[in-house]
Amino acid sequence: MSLDIPLEANTCHKDVPAPLRARASSVRALRVTNPNLTQTSNQILSNGEMARLLKAVASDRSIEAFEALFRFYAPRVRSFMAMKTGDRQVAEELMQETMVSVWNKAEQFDPERGNVSAWIFTIARNIRIDFYRRRRPSFDPQDPAFVTDDVPSADVAFEQVQDAALLRQAMATLPPDQLDVLKRAFFDDVSHSTIASELGLPLGTVKSRIRLAFEKLRAALEGRR
Amino acid sequence: MKINHHLSDELLLDYAAGNLTEGWSLVMATHMALCPSCRRRLSAMEGAAGALLEKVEPHDVPEDSWARMKQRLEGIRIEEVKPKPAAPQKDALVFPEPLRSYVGADLADVKWQALGLGAYHLRIETADPTTQVRLLRIPAGKPVPEHTHVGKELTLVLSGSFYDGDELFGRGDVEEADDSLLHTPKASPGEDCVCLAVTEAPLKFSSWIVRLIQPILKI
Ligand SMILES: [Zn+2]
Repeated sequence: MSLDIPLEANTCHKDVPAPLRARASSVRALRVTNPNLTQTSNQILSNGEMARLLKAVASDRSIEAFEALFRFYAPRVRSFMAMKTGDRQVAEELMQETMVSVWNKAEQFDPERGNVSAWIFTIARNIRIDFYRRRRPSFDPQDPAFVTDDVPSADVAFEQVQDAALLRQAMATLPPDQLDVLKRAFFDDVSHSTIASELGLPLGTVKSRIRLAFEKLRAALEGRR
Repeated sequence: MKINHHLSDELLLDYAAGNLTEGWSLVMATHMALCPSCRRRLSAMEGAAGALLEKVEPHDVPEDSWARMKQRLEGIRIEEVKPKPAAPQKDALVFPEPLRSYVGADLADVKWQALGLGAYHLRIETADPTTQVRLLRIPAGKPVPEHTHVGKELTLVLSGSFYDGDELFGRGDVEEADDSLLHTPKASPGEDCVCLAVTEAPLKFSSWIVRLIQPILKI
């Protein structure tokens, strides 16, 4: 990584609050391609910090805040894209599309409804779907026939995985065989029946791994009550 | 409206990961428009995907990647998103989105085609050759007609209800079935039952002998 970019980024846009700048540069400092440090950079960009960075992009169009998000997410989104396409050039383009979309849609992020990583995942997923010219119809919360949630919003925020740290912890306790199925589904872009045939397992085994994994994650999230 | 029959974790996972074809996604998204509970489960799965994304082995991005990005951002003018005026709440609508756009009408204006014995259907066009999606209208108290499907099937009740064995399926309920499950859904008496169903498209076997034994083996 070239050194002039962080310097340049720190000297322009003086209106950015100091803590934000500090955070941005600490992320850069850790974005060294040492796998041992990946863990550390995860901890530094806590969910709350990610949400603050994204809010600074949304309200102030802060390029420093966006750069910090880019430094963290670009290598991961690129990795996500490469798993399906296997082509570095395409992975780079799809990553760039994803990050431009993050910049453009920052206002639409609602911390009540999920965390930043989940939101960026859904953007990357939709860009990958578009790239393969598939269609994925979705519900429309603006539709008059849409049935809104009548659970009080505090409770919804509870269940909406607002606290990504809790989910990360729960993910870390999943047995490897369950985690493997989730990774294959999310990253390799294959259905659970394809996963079963890839692993040479009965469909029922894959289904029960998925159910056990999500039972565990849901239990962890409900443990906050 | 109380929904008792929901989407399975494995189908929701495939939807969250973006791995389902259009036909399945259409029925699932229509259920989720009616079901806050499955939407919350979907969010939890997307949260899990986000946590995995954080943990993924990062790729080295090219040296000029951020410079290119910055240059692109400079050319972008963010248009202020004007909040759409909230559409008036219409209790009368039976089909939520995305279904209503696919049909091009709500229930009252569906151009049904007769299947005989008082049952009707309407094929819903998608760009997905692997599935068949259709609306079914089953007369009150009658069994679901021509029910010899191949492979998986997902049925969503939109109006009225049906019984499958002892289980009652009302508006918003989904039933997942495959060919290993012997089921004989029957509309409840008193009201026609309108359902949205997706099935795997029948395979076109080229060999005449396979075609001949297909009905016997029910493959
Ligand atoms: Zn549901």
